[in-house]
Amino acid sequence: MATVSPLLETHGLGRSFGGLRAVDGVDFSLPEGETHAIIGPNGAGKTTFVSLICGRVAPTEGRVVFDGQDISKMPAHKRVRAGIAYTFQITSVFANLTAFDNVALAVQRQLIDDHERGLSAHALTEHGLDALEKVGLAEHAHKVAGNLSYGHQRLLEVAMGLALRPRLLILDEPTQGLSDSEIENFVALVRQIGEEATVLLIEHNMDVVMALAERITVMEQGRILAQGAPAEIRANQAVQQAYLGG
Amino acid sequence: MTRLTPSTKSIALHIGVVFALLALNFLLPEYHRGVFARVLVLAVFAMGYNLAFGYTGLLSLGHAMFFAAGLYGAGLTIYHLEWSVWPAFGTGLAAGAALALVVGFLALRTTGVAFMIVTLMFAQVFYLMTLYFTTYTRGEEGLVLPQETRVLGFSGGMLDLSDPSTRYLVALSLFTLVLAAILFLVRAPYGRSLIAIRENEERMRMLGYDVFANKLASVVISGIFCAASGAAYAVLFGYVGSGFAAIQYSILPLLWVLVGGAATTLGPLIGTLFMFYVIDTASSYTTAHLMVVGLVLIGVILFFPKGIIGTVRERWLPWLP
Ligand SMILES: Nc1ncnc2c1ncn2[C@@H]1O[C@H](COP(=O)(O)OP(=O)(O)O)[C@@H](O)[C@H]1O
Ligand SMILES: [Mg+2]
Repeated sequence: MATVSPLLETHGLGRSFGGLRAVDGVDFSLPEGETHAIIGPNGAGKTTFVSLICGRVAPTEGRVVFDGQDISKMPAHKRVRAGIAYTFQITSVFANLTAFDNVALAVQRQLIDDHERGLSAHALTEHGLDALEKVGLAEHAHKVAGNLSYGHQRLLEVAMGLALRPRLLILDEPTQGLSDSEIENFVALVRQIGEEATVLLIEHNMDVVMALAERITVMEQGRILAQGAPAEIRANQAVQQAYLGG
Repeated sequence: MTRLTPSTKSIALHIGVVFALLALNFLLPEYHRGVFARVLVLAVFAMGYNLAFGYTGLLSLGHAMFFAAGLYGAGLTIYHLEWSVWPAFGTGLAAGAALALVVGFLALRTTGVAFMIVTLMFAQVFYLMTLYFTTYTRGEEGLVLPQETRVLGFSGGMLDLSDPSTRYLVALSLFTLVLAAILFLVRAPYGRSLIAIRENEERMRMLGYDVFANKLASVVISGIFCAASGAAYAVLFGYVGSGFAAIQYSILPLLWVLVGGAATTLGPLIGTLFMFYVIDTASSYTTAHLMVVGLVLIGVILFFPKGIIGTVRERWLPWLP
């Protein structure tokens, strides 16, 4: 079998804040279609690492390669168009707009910028409702986002990511602050998304990680401490000491 | 009874406002018709400012330069080159567009307070230039455009822009055009993305929007509207002077928009009209009119924290655009 080139690679990727090396020369590779979890203690550099990938933060060294193309110098909005979607760790929806209008902003950009795709207004509405449907918010489409429950706002955040039809969806601690039943639904949702897209998931809840991830990367102090299948990670001594608490 | 959709209601309202203004041309006494003509032209300035400030969230302190670019673009070509009104007006628009493109390109690298200061500095440079080239502009004293140059070729005939009724109707036509353009813009996807950029720029970037390009386009359109107002002012009122490039004329549109309601389509008109009459009334009773104006402004802010139209929209008429 020929080796397929990975969807995403980073080479020696690093970012310093003053003297602090938040991300420290990370080599990382993510095959297309994989659901991959990044775990690690607070301050390990997980958010910074994925921010380097999606272009929100500029690297101090190293390269990012997406779909065979070096995107290290590409501005964030172009990376989004190239297929990388990021959902914020801190919920970041448009509180004054309805849920539908929030996803419509994600969809409408394709109408404004990508005329060649020739999306009709009708298709856009459908496309937007479809994203809400997937996360189970269809019945709340016309509620103002600011009045939705916290859990629903998190789901809306994901719907906005989905409406971009990304090839790589980055979820930054999506289950933070959700109730147990909401988490259960969320796991089912990500599993479904994972059938169509590559998912990079930062997550603290180990049950969620074990349920979803095909492979896991453990980060600590800006470096990769370990990488492997869930079973390997669970068995890894160093990981247990550093993170899983013994 | 059929229920009107918000969009039908708002379009009907705007058409109603334009017709009411048209009727005023025949109803107003001479003095007030003159005031209204001036207000209509300056409301275009306020609407242009509102696009950048109200809808896009760009607090510029330098919009006098765009108004003055239109004013001088039209005024100097008429006065020195003896151009007729149409090409002179076009020159004013082009000057405003070019200036807005350059200033926007540089100033939009900053945000917040830095943006205020950078736009202020650019406007100050422009103001000083109008004084420096005093041979052509006659600085503060300014130029008076002779009445015979202020005629507009229109469908075969010639309109005398110094005639009060013609002046009013031309001012109203420009106002109507720009109002329609703004109404169209803010209801279009582009307008919705500007508002969303104002609300959460980072989010929009991560939805794939080129935030810089969108803001730059907003500044350029805003600059063109302000220049249109300045160019119209030159040909309708026949006076071109440095005073219009001074800091005061950067603050005024901000005040008009705040009083009328930022990010509302009709707020700029209401704010400009209101401020004009407050100043006019106050200065006819007392020499300390600025104090009265200040008190009225405080009153407006207390009772209409989002401006007159903005507060009406919030409390009673949520469908107002
Ligand atoms: N913008 C920033 N400026 C300065 N320090 C930062 C910034 N962003 C992150 N850091 C620091 O970098 C380190 C990694 O942060 P982060 O990537 O948010 O970690 P994690 O997501 O794993 O909790 C932390 O020590 C954090 O304080
Ligand atoms: Mg984080």
